[in-house]
Amino acid sequence: MSSGTGQVRIALRNCGVIDPESIKDYIATDGYDALAKALFDMSPDEVVETVKKSGLRGRGGAGFPTGIKWETARRSESDIKYVLCNADEGDPGAFMDRSVLEGDPHCVLEAMAICGYAIGASQGIIYVRAEYPLAVKRLQIAIEQATDMGLLGDNILGSGFSFNVRLYFGAGAFVCGEETSLMNSVQGGRGEPRLKPPFPAVKGLWDKPTNINNVETYANVAQIIRNGWEWFRQFGTEKSPGTKVFALAGKVNNVGLVEVPMGTPLRVIIEDIGGGIRNNKKFKAAQTGGPSGGCIPAEHLDTPIEYESLISLGSMMGSGGMIVLDEDDCMVGISKFYLTFTAEESCGKCTPCRIGNVRLLEILDRITEGKGEEKDMDDLENLGNTIKDTALCGLGQSSPNPIISTLRYFSDEYKEHIYHKRCPAGSCSKLIGYKILPDKCTGCTVCARNCPVSCISGERKKVHVIDQERCIKCGVCFSKCRFKAIVRG
Amino acid sequence: MVDLTINNIETSMPEGSTILEAAKSLGIHIPTLCHLDLHDIKMVNQVGTCRVCMVEVEGRRNLLPSCSTLVTPGMVIHTNTKRAVRARRMIVELLLSNHPRECLICNRNQNCELQSLSAELGIREIRYKGPRLHTDKDTSSYSIVRNAEKCVLCRRCETMCNTVQTVGVYSAVHRGFETVIGPAFDKPMLDTACTFCGQCVSVCPTGALTETNDAADVWDAISDPDKIVIAQTAPAVRVALGEAFGLPIGTSVTGKMVAALRRMGFDKVMDTDFAADLTIMEEASEMIHRIQHNGRLPILTSCCPAWVKFIEHQFPSLLDIPSTCKSPHEMFGAIAKTYLAEKLGMDPEKIVVVSIMPCLAKKFEAKREELSGKEIGSNVDYVISTRELARMIREAGISFTSLPDEDFDDVMGESTGASVIFGTTGGVIEAAVRTAAAWLDKDNPSPQIEFKALRGIEGIREAEVEIAGMKLSIAIAHGLGNARKLLTDIRDGKVQYHAIEIMACPSGCVGGGGQPYHGNNIEVLRKRAGALYSEDESKTLRRSHENPQIQKLYEEFLGEPYGELAHELLHTHYHERDML
Repeated sequence: MSSGTGQVRIALRNCGVIDPESIKDYIATDGYDALAKALFDMSPDEVVETVKKSGLRGRGGAGFPTGIKWETARRSESDIKYVLCNADEGDPGAFMDRSVLEGDPHCVLEAMAICGYAIGASQGIIYVRAEYPLAVKRLQIAIEQATDMGLLGDNILGSGFSFNVRLYFGAGAFVCGEETSLMNSVQGGRGEPRLKPPFPAVKGLWDKPTNINNVETYANVAQIIRNGWEWFRQFGTEKSPGTKVFALAGKVNNVGLVEVPMGTPLRVIIEDIGGGIRNNKKFKAAQTGGPSGGCIPAEHLDTPIEYESLISLGSMMGSGGMIVLDEDDCMVGISKFYLTFTAEESCGKCTPCRIGNVRLLEILDRITEGKGEEKDMDDLENLGNTIKDTALCGLGQSSPNPIISTLRYFSDEYKEHIYHKRCPAGSCSKLIGYKILPDKCTGCTVCARNCPVSCISGERKKVHVIDQERCIKCGVCFSKCRFKAIVRG
Repeated sequence: MVDLTINNIETSMPEGSTILEAAKSLGIHIPTLCHLDLHDIKMVNQVGTCRVCMVEVEGRRNLLPSCSTLVTPGMVIHTNTKRAVRARRMIVELLLSNHPRECLICNRNQNCELQSLSAELGIREIRYKGPRLHTDKDTSSYSIVRNAEKCVLCRRCETMCNTVQTVGVYSAVHRGFETVIGPAFDKPMLDTACTFCGQCVSVCPTGALTETNDAADVWDAISDPDKIVIAQTAPAVRVALGEAFGLPIGTSVTGKMVAALRRMGFDKVMDTDFAADLTIMEEASEMIHRIQHNGRLPILTSCCPAWVKFIEHQFPSLLDIPSTCKSPHEMFGAIAKTYLAEKLGMDPEKIVVVSIMPCLAKKFEAKREELSGKEIGSNVDYVISTRELARMIREAGISFTSLPDEDFDDVMGESTGASVIFGTTGGVIEAAVRTAAAWLDKDNPSPQIEFKALRGIEGIREAEVEIAGMKLSIAIAHGLGNARKLLTDIRDGKVQYHAIEIMACPSGCVGGGGQPYHGNNIEVLRKRAGALYSEDESKTLRRSHENPQIQKLYEEFLGEPYGELAHELLHTHYHERDML
């Protein structure tokens, strides 16, 4: 289970270990054992009970207890029910689900079949991004192989239980990762959320009870059924058992996927597993939860990571994106980056998300261009909180999080932009400029020769000057100067 | 029953009630915008998109939309906390920040739900100054103007068009800030399957969907000394026009309307009701002809242009069942430019026929190529809606309520009670049956006049009527969704009728897309229909064929009903249209 410093692999246990295109490889690592166990040794109620007791929570973002979802879907009476898998991974830089689908597709199929048995469904649908061609291909192969071997399809293993899985391709709209939008999309409608309640487990796909979990959540299920809920609970914390996969990115030395037990302090992930900050720079913040999350500053590096602790820090687990920021990253700029994303990806259905996010973005734009006003920080906070309070779905309800959390921890940086028209990280291009220090310039001409817009003038061996009007602030001169004669500020 | 508390008042509500309904039952007002519940016609827009009606519910992290959140046992709700009120105001500010705010020159000025909401919440400043969404106005159709810049994305038009009318023209297109409600592929309205029933306009809370404005052309014609401008007024106009001048709902203002039209400068003020009687002469003849000669049955009434366009797009295989009769105002135009012109010694080319209609689809209908003759041009030159007429009366400085009652001009001004009820669901078929009964039951000295089995507000109604020992089975549908159900059953051979009346608008023409806004209150439509039935009762002549001017028209000009000249002037044909 353990590999490397503090990592525990449950969801990723087979990734990179088995040939994902060979069902025999999967079976050799006890694949489909759990399905057989469920079908022959457990009643559907016992399966639901096991998942409930394991404390498994949704790995897609909000952390809703999986067992409760299954139980509700099981109790909803209907001739037809569905098992849906949300494989519409959309957070920028996140690729946890993609790795599971590409590296271990059968573990998702097995879990969906177990879920079908538990809730009384015989149809499974995986909503997968069309931009994941390898994942799609491997899922198709896996479905075919499992069907050929009688592990999917009619009368699985002679148990009398039948379960089929088919794929539905998403076209890449971020909001389709929201479960009700996803269901609209599968039904051929526009990807926009429905009102909840009714919840999918009561009235979901085509108004039938539907259990929907994301890829990583399903990737834990077979292990829980095979090894028991007590086994699963030995990892993680009381409220957040098990492990979580993170896509570690940004300014750390080791980037990539990591899987750690819940409760692991952020510091362990960044310093031990991530190998610390690149180029000996100073850690500034860790952005978790993608566009719905927030930034966690250095003083909270020792917080154990679980659903509740991240929310109390103004961030969230999200699907597992983790971007490490250093002193060169501007926190206003980071907020702007994420908000640009959510404003573009808003479906446009409700007022606060459709218009509010754009208005927030305009304020951020102004601030980063040196046109910020005194009231901007209040406006950001008030409008941001109202959007959170009133938006229709999870996308809008969390879209202001990057702003709210950076206002909370990095208000000084906002103030620098607003009152002193300065970007302390030196990253907002409208607020920085390059100057040549006359006493240090040797007149070597390197800067002038490398300037892409030829805005540096000066004779050989004489002091050079940057034409500020024409300078595009690309920073090439700054990096090329060997005499530290060019300064940014 | 569910027990709950709102603003510290305990109450209990039936299961399935919303917070909004619970608050209303206690007299607590919660502002709304997108929400619309027209229960009687089964239209409920409960999409929760505007987020204006947000309230605080104890134990819930976020504010909840009261229009679409069901009450649960023990719920404790606060509708007017600082948090809820602030959020509401901010939402309206956001909507206004993306709105043209040209209220002074907007079609909906003083009659706009967004404007009222802003006033109600006392918005005095819009803190967010960002740019608005810019889109092109769609003026392609002859009936409806679509200005997406004024749209608040309440989705009422979409619900009306897709769920109630089942036409499916509108849906949300594009994403985020650029989202607009419009036809697929950004097609111009004219190139869609839109029937121009105008029900989307009736429910639009703002100026995003409005009628095209033909008033300027009409004023031009009136002021042209070479033209003889004839106004004709549809039955449903007279029972709704008064609302625009503050008269009680359901007041019939026929006499004042005639007086107003005369004062506006129309050379002749005549009645579409006259032409409705004419329509019955033709339609009843066609019905009897089809029944007696084993013709195609059922026969479908063809007075409603939105319904005609609907069948052309949606049920092309059934195009042989509608009656070939033109709609009454088109018949009027054809007769005005032939018989009337001759009788009054006027040059048909100088005659301008202006139809005043409760309807927006009539505007499109008037432009149909098959509804114009070689010598006479278009049967009808301009169509203006009841709303446009009200505006024109004001513009002309006429004090409507103090006008005297005046009568229609002769020749084409007389009408019977049968024609009056054309304006409501069931009315056209009742009028046809009245005449058919009299014609078929020649020995009966007092054939039945009122056929109450044909009246009502149910979306689809069936009735059996006995005439001269023959049982006629009749069906009536209003609202295109109901029409679709009926037509599907006919196409699939599941039902058989002799005759069917279909009107595209819920409640018929009294609820037409060009009528004064009903303020989201269906009771208004019922009162208008009631006024039509009262007017029918008060008439001495209540069967179309008894109209002396109609009798004279056939004697002097047309010859036999359903005869050769009648065919040329009063009948039309239909053609298949694409869905996209």
